[in-house]
Amino acid sequence: MTPSELLSAVEEIAKTITGPAAADVDIQGRFPVESIDALKRAGMMGAAIPVELGGIGCSLSELGQMCMILGRKCTSTSMIVAMHHIQVASLVNHGLESDEMVAYVRSVASECRLISSGTSEMGPSGDMRQSVCFVSPNEKGFTIEKQCTAVSYGQMAQDILFQARKGEDSNSGDQATILAVEGTYDLKQVGTWDTLGMRGTSSPGGVLKVAGAPWQILDAPFSTVAAITQVPWAHSLWSHCWLGAATEAVDKASKVVRRKARSQPGQVPPVAYELSKLSGKLQVMRSLVKTFTDEYTSIASSSDHSNLKSLGFALRENNLKINTSEIAVEIVTEAMRIVGIGAYKNDGEASLGRQLRDVCSGSLMISNQRIHETNASMLLVHKSV
Amino acid sequence: MAPVKEEKVEDIVVTVRGILEAYGRLGDGPLEVSDDDDLYDVGMTSHASVDVMLALEGRFDLEFPEEMLRREVFQTVSSISNAIQELFKGE
Repeated sequence: MTPSELLSAVEEIAKTITGPAAADVDIQGRFPVESIDALKRAGMMGAAIPVELGGIGCSLSELGQMCMILGRKCTSTSMIVAMHHIQVASLVNHGLESDEMVAYVRSVASECRLISSGTSEMGPSGDMRQSVCFVSPNEKGFTIEKQCTAVSYGQMAQDILFQARKGEDSNSGDQATILAVEGTYDLKQVGTWDTLGMRGTSSPGGVLKVAGAPWQILDAPFSTVAAITQVPWAHSLWSHCWLGAATEAVDKASKVVRRKARSQPGQVPPVAYELSKLSGKLQVMRSLVKTFTDEYTSIASSSDHSNLKSLGFALRENNLKINTSEIAVEIVTEAMRIVGIGAYKNDGEASLGRQLRDVCSGSLMISNQRIHETNASMLLVHKSV
Repeated sequence: MAPVKEEKVEDIVVTVRGILEAYGRLGDGPLEVSDDDDLYDVGMTSHASVDVMLALEGRFDLEFPEEMLRREVFQTVSSISNAIQELFKGE
């Protein structure tokens, strides 16, 4: 399987499985099991794993394209896939020091394992770079107990990647990255996942208890994993998911405008001017996503990764997330105005309610307010504009 | 605190350690890291590092140019002290 063959398979799955199931996934607030099963069969779980480790070796841009295609049909499905790839990339980029981890990564591709993210934690800060829970060493390895506010599709995943303080005496920002492998953890669900949008991601809170072996703790500290891989991958792939929802909204608005134009040939319908503005916004959003993804890929593939740790790059990745999460809501809202009542109705081909509810999550997944606070602080010392 | 020009390397290191204790958010009490320990690995967040940069700029009356605003420069007590020395030399 090559990246382009996987891309074709994803297009087919999105059309024949993800799209038809999306409304039911949303109404029931259930995990999109049929889509994820089909994607697993197509090799998606190993898409971000290098070929030499049994994966498909897709680039971030190719993975983003797949998230965009799935996001057009079901943003929950695309977000689940995006979150999985972010966890895989964290292990591939930072965890391959031990034979056990190499064997584990191979098994993700060969056994189609789905990896969840357990980065959030109950506590005073709500910042993933501060932990309360900690690693307790014992003769066999370690134990940890973490109270997570949300575990991405936790009950449906095989394994969970998360962070904790390195030890009981470590300060809150001194964090290790830990892989909870099936059989070494217990996840007790806390609360429900009855949300406005992204209902299929099925991500309620949970108490995560892990009793693991030493290889399950990555050598790289969480600060490095987050800066080099997790944050840039998340902001790129999440943006691709929202771009999918926005693209679908513009497509539906375009169809309505074309239908109106056909009924009165010779006259440009007034809503066509609104469509023109919308088309411009979609182009801006696409450009934002592509520019950042290309910049990250270019630096990550060079021998010098130090630019990924620069203030300028951090500002640009934060701006990407803030801008795309906000512009996606604008695009879907404006598309609804063009479509009219058909977009407001939950049934029918032009319905845009689910897309609107889904993209509203964007500004809350790592709150834009918090990111603005971080940017504001960085701009106090950042010199170039 | 008025800006000062520290010339001696050991004075710079002492001042840097004092600023890290005050603004690095690395726990209460004296800074328990060696001059070459990775400050990010022991929990300095990027948010805290900005406060450290601002405090250093104010205390030493200098500005870190854009090319110095990278993680490596603020990674250890030594790397920060070296950067300040370099800026003094350039003046």
